[in-house]
Amino acid sequence: MGRIVIDPVTRIEGHLKVEAIVEGGVVKEAKSSGNLFRGLELILKGRDPRDAQLITQRICGVCPQSHGIAASLNLDSAFGISDKIPDNARIIRNLIQGAYMVQDHILHFYHLAALDYVDVTSVAKYEGKDPDLNSIKDFISRGALAPFVPRYEGDYRLPTAVNQQATAHYVKALEIRRLGHEAVSIFNGKVPHGVGVIPGGVTTTPTTDKIMAFLWKIRVLQDFINNVYIPDVLAVAGAYRDYLEIGAGCKNLLSYGTYDLEGRDPDLSRRKRLFAQGTTSADLKPKPLDLNKITEDVKHSWYEDSTSGRNPVHGETKPQYGKEGAYSWLKAPRYGGKVHEVGPLARVAVTYANGDPQMTTLVDGALAELKASAPALFSVMGRHLARALSAKFIADSLDKWLLELKPGEPTFTEYTIPEEGHGVGITDASRGALGHWIEIKNQKIANYQCVVPTTWNGSPKDNNGNPGPIEQAIIGTRIRDESNPFEIVRIIRAFDPCLGCAVHLVSPKGQNLGRFRVA
Amino acid sequence: MDSKIKELPVIWLQAAACTGCSISLLNSASPTIKNILIDQIIPGVHLNLRFHATIMAGSGEPVIKILEDTAREMKGNYVLVIEGAIPTATDAVYGAIGERKGKPVKMGDRLIELAREALAILCVGTCASFGGIPAATPNPTGCQPVKRFLEANGITKPLVNIPGCPPHPDWFVGTVASILLNGLPKTEDLDDNLRPLAFYGKLIHENCPRRAYFDEGKFAKKFGEEGCLYELGCKGPITYADCPLRHWNSGTNWVIGAGAPCNGCTQPEFPDLVAPFYEKLKDVDLPGIGAYCTAAKEAK
Repeated sequence: MGRIVIDPVTRIEGHLKVEAIVEGGVVKEAKSSGNLFRGLELILKGRDPRDAQLITQRICGVCPQSHGIAASLNLDSAFGISDKIPDNARIIRNLIQGAYMVQDHILHFYHLAALDYVDVTSVAKYEGKDPDLNSIKDFISRGALAPFVPRYEGDYRLPTAVNQQATAHYVKALEIRRLGHEAVSIFNGKVPHGVGVIPGGVTTTPTTDKIMAFLWKIRVLQDFINNVYIPDVLAVAGAYRDYLEIGAGCKNLLSYGTYDLEGRDPDLSRRKRLFAQGTTSADLKPKPLDLNKITEDVKHSWYEDSTSGRNPVHGETKPQYGKEGAYSWLKAPRYGGKVHEVGPLARVAVTYANGDPQMTTLVDGALAELKASAPALFSVMGRHLARALSAKFIADSLDKWLLELKPGEPTFTEYTIPEEGHGVGITDASRGALGHWIEIKNQKIANYQCVVPTTWNGSPKDNNGNPGPIEQAIIGTRIRDESNPFEIVRIIRAFDPCLGCAVHLVSPKGQNLGRFRVA
Repeated sequence: MDSKIKELPVIWLQAAACTGCSISLLNSASPTIKNILIDQIIPGVHLNLRFHATIMAGSGEPVIKILEDTAREMKGNYVLVIEGAIPTATDAVYGAIGERKGKPVKMGDRLIELAREALAILCVGTCASFGGIPAATPNPTGCQPVKRFLEANGITKPLVNIPGCPPHPDWFVGTVASILLNGLPKTEDLDDNLRPLAFYGKLIHENCPRRAYFDEGKFAKKFGEEGCLYELGCKGPITYADCPLRHWNSGTNWVIGAGAPCNGCTQPEFPDLVAPFYEKLKDVDLPGIGAYCTAAKEAK
């Protein structure tokens, strides 16, 4: 029996440690731990509620924008103006979040995940004239191969020419994601940590020059998604077909939906959104969203047991480091008492389950190309594919929304901060369902709780002993070589974990570290 | 190949941070991040990024070995970049970087080991430079800026602060290039907070395109209006950075360009003393902006 510890898991946001107990070459038990803590919820207490929008973005510099959106929806709700946000502002928020998410998905596939499948060193044999590839060939010949080596070895399967082309796309994708950030900054001032989205609407006004600049940056993103990103995901999935089964996980999926298509229903769980709200499971039948079904267990988390099993409305964060039986700073959120996965797979599957015609075409078309059926979505490659389809679904909407903007019409609604109040803001971030909850007293933040995507996916066992989604996805996996456990890191990275968020409070995020051993 | 190319080893350590500084660096337009990682950043020099947890291929033990080998084998020859503040509270292990003999190595201990042997230290972002967000009240993990932490541990090294939440990629790349071309910065190249004057030499307010509104007393009262954003909370009058001239994201836009008030993110006062972000600055004697700053400096 072997014990594999991967600490840190790199090429993710934040500090994640994963332990696996291997018996007869198969993972019997897995533990996922968030190891670091900053305490941002504690820092928020007593502040001006409006500042939550800027401070919660600093939970995570990889996808700050979703926190800005969730915080603003939360504050709109607490200020009683959820149904009064001007359409221009609703649309600009969608454009900001959408362009951000598209570039984030591209960043994830090429810069965080691809090095698990693409062998950059194959460029040493490149004989063509592409200047980027020739500069990489030079780089390799100089012999200082950081940051691409060291790495886990033993399972690079793509043919040399495909490896070389994928490496060229890695470089191209750096440029494309930068362009995505440029598009965001048109309406958001700067990124990361933009300033355009505020309670009441947005700070910026739509003008024709901004609309045109945005439009043509989105055209470049669309072109890249259609002609490079999706084909690359299909090519990798084709070469690593066993990963259409590996890492199935809990098969319960939860989406808060995102991108408001109307702004008049104050109940965000019912509002019409591009991605549908709700849950689904292996049968791909849709179920509606009920926020009251969310609880957060802490039996195996470093928090006082007295705070266990609560809905986030009544959530509390009382650290108790070293508690017996606990192994993570992450809490264990559950929906209806059951383990649920969140992320691109969840929002794509929930939207598909609800019968959205465009999503149905996208999913069925991609599965047909892979000669696979719907169960293959519940897998490592299924998650990468869903992320790529999520990017396309958003990018194809951005240019339509853009042309709905009405220059000269309002982008902001005035409000007064109530003496006391409660709010909720839910959206889907790049990495999945994101909820912010606030309690206001004396016009200050009395309590602020964030339940973020990786808290769902990276959660430890719950009060009933059921492992979290990433843990379940790892359990049962056959490990070919315990000293090169690439199966495990591939499963983990397909979830695109963001520990900065999950342990927001937590953090020193950074990934710092590392250690890997077989004990 | 060309043996004349010098490899400059760089270790990029993330402490109590959000990775935003790293993501911002990916946005570097000229040079691009590909130029920085793969090509010669200036003719004859390649930055050899030996450790960066967000982008490097490896995980676990092999990458920790890189940290330890670098401190041992490259003494005085590598640049140490720190992103994030240093947690120092002792009631729990709030941040560790790898293990030794089965016990987590605290971030601060790892920093001390690497800083002691480094050629120079670059503090990227406001958290590393001044404490920033994780050090905000009540500072739950006892976060400290890098310089103060190192001095408390008896380490003084050439150190430059490149604050901003996050910093503009040009500020980092420009500082590195300046060191390569001109050597370590001299006292007169940096301000009192060890920020390069080339980027942080002037107040936002001095170069703001809305300055004329300020001078004529035309203030926006709500978002989306024309006018100076002073009454909506702009911290431009006390914030040093060249955002109004440089602009962000390949020159696309900047904070005030999007109609939002500057939140003072390059300042040691960020966030506690520049918050609430949407409230007018207090205790600032206007219009004597320059006089205020002089007085504030003298008071230090």
